[in-house]
Amino acid sequence: MPLRLLALLPFVGILVGVAFVNHVEPLVFGMPFVLAWIVGWIILSAVIMGIIYALDPSNRMR
Amino acid sequence: MSDGGVELAPSRAAWYTEQDPTDIMNSALIIIFGITAFALFLGIRARSGHDMDLEQWTVGGRSFGTIFVFLLMAGEIYTTFTFLGGSGFAYGKGAPAYYILAYGTLAYVISYWLLPPIWRYAKEENLISQPHYFAKKFDSPALGLLVALVGVVALVPYLVLQFKGLGLIVSIASYGSISSTLAVWIGAAVVTVYVMLSGVRGAAWNAVVKDFVILGIVVFLGIYMPMHYYGGFGAMFDAIEKAKPGFLAFPARGSSVTWFQSTVLLTALGFFMWPHSFGSVFTARDERIFRRNAIVLPLYQLILLFVFFVGFAATLQVPGLQGPDIDLSLLKLSIQTFDPWFVGVIGAAGVMTALVPGSMILTSAATLLANDVYRSNLKSDASDAVVRRLAQALVPVIALIAVCFTLYGGSTIVALLLMGYNFVTQLFPAVVASLLTRNPVTRQGAFCGILTGAIAVAAITLTKSTLGGLFPFLPESLQDLNVGMVALVINLCVTAIVSALTQQGLARAPSRA
Repeated sequence: MPLRLLALLPFVGILVGVAFVNHVEPLVFGMPFVLAWIVGWIILSAVIMGIIYALDPSNRMR
Repeated sequence: MSDGGVELAPSRAAWYTEQDPTDIMNSALIIIFGITAFALFLGIRARSGHDMDLEQWTVGGRSFGTIFVFLLMAGEIYTTFTFLGGSGFAYGKGAPAYYILAYGTLAYVISYWLLPPIWRYAKEENLISQPHYFAKKFDSPALGLLVALVGVVALVPYLVLQFKGLGLIVSIASYGSISSTLAVWIGAAVVTVYVMLSGVRGAAWNAVVKDFVILGIVVFLGIYMPMHYYGGFGAMFDAIEKAKPGFLAFPARGSSVTWFQSTVLLTALGFFMWPHSFGSVFTARDERIFRRNAIVLPLYQLILLFVFFVGFAATLQVPGLQGPDIDLSLLKLSIQTFDPWFVGVIGAAGVMTALVPGSMILTSAATLLANDVYRSNLKSDASDAVVRRLAQALVPVIALIAVCFTLYGGSTIVALLLMGYNFVTQLFPAVVASLLTRNPVTRQGAFCGILTGAIAVAAITLTKSTLGGLFPFLPESLQDLNVGMVALVINLCVTAIVSALTQQGLARAPSRA
């Protein structure tokens, strides 16, 4: 169950977070702030899924 | 989703008349034809070494490894819609395009838990299609029939969209020497031939080529265009912010943050409910593939970022495209920037973005009709061989219907297309419920929920309703919610009520779960 809670983070970051960062300035890596925020969360999501994969006992069999 | 437009407006002819036609015959056209012929060859070759029985044709004998499954699932990301539509969306509407980047990521997070149990059940029961899953899981061929019909109604417009995109790409990238109509016929013929022969294997092999080509092209264009025209990403976005203040963030009303949130959520739920995506789950060799893919697919999705960069670069460079024409921004900017041979390469990549999803859609739609409409409901003693032959025979029929819609369908198809995603999202509650250890949803509940949900989607789309229009008393911020939410809520309520009223199904559910 804690694994699934970890998976909620991308939803919070992308769906809720965008409401608080909906502006263009400052540019981050040349991108509008809100776009950079979404991109950052996509990368974080991959990291989170990697952590979940590593911790999930169902991937350790065989 | 915007419609590519069936006919090439005369205004578009203006950009290719300056080119010397012989020059074009020698470069762009050869490259486009070359890659199309290669796709055909590869698609046909994909069958070799495999006895094309029903299970091979529909789900590749459940033998695909990580790469194939990965590319089939990623196939959904790079369709002509993302290639032309993604850049066009960024070009014409700005920030709202970001939603395309976000929904896939959330869908992949869900997939980590959603897909392995679906795959396991499908393997146990030898399932070959999405309606097959519903029919078995809820022990109801009628439910399978409903799901098959919802699926076909959603798939055909999706196929039409691919054909339209293909026609557009080829006619423009060939500088008008091949008409959109001819391109659609050729593309449809190519995809029909290799799908009939190789089924999902043809799609998988072409997905490999497509993703290599498109990856290279998109990343190159996405970096080159901002550098070439603006000197860098920051400079480009600064220039756009100056010229069009507010374009790069969500507006206060309309496609606002509320619209973004609700649309991303709805689309993420519907993502794997497309019959061809759901069916591609069955092709996997083992269930860990899905969990591994859930790590990499979000990153792979980032390639769409480069599609946006091209669209944003075009905003100030080729201004003035309106309505459906915004989808042409990538091609128009490319023609302005590159030599014909390279436009040919871009065109060839575009052709692949239409062929691969097109072949998956065709395989799925044919399987749905042959297995879940014909065998499950009309002739239950039909053998696998008969079903396979029927599915193969249906491929050209479906392709022909899609071609007719593409060439003569006018704008009716656009309405169907808008419904597609919301249609398939209606399947999500029943799928999730069916995976619970004690499935609370009865077959009647699932049937009525999906049916009312689909009817609600149709009614809302055809009357062009918005949430603000339906419920004017809602606070302003909520009025921008994606109206598809209404259908999903209706679906959930009906599913719950009917399931509660038909409890005897509940008692038997655990034994089937």
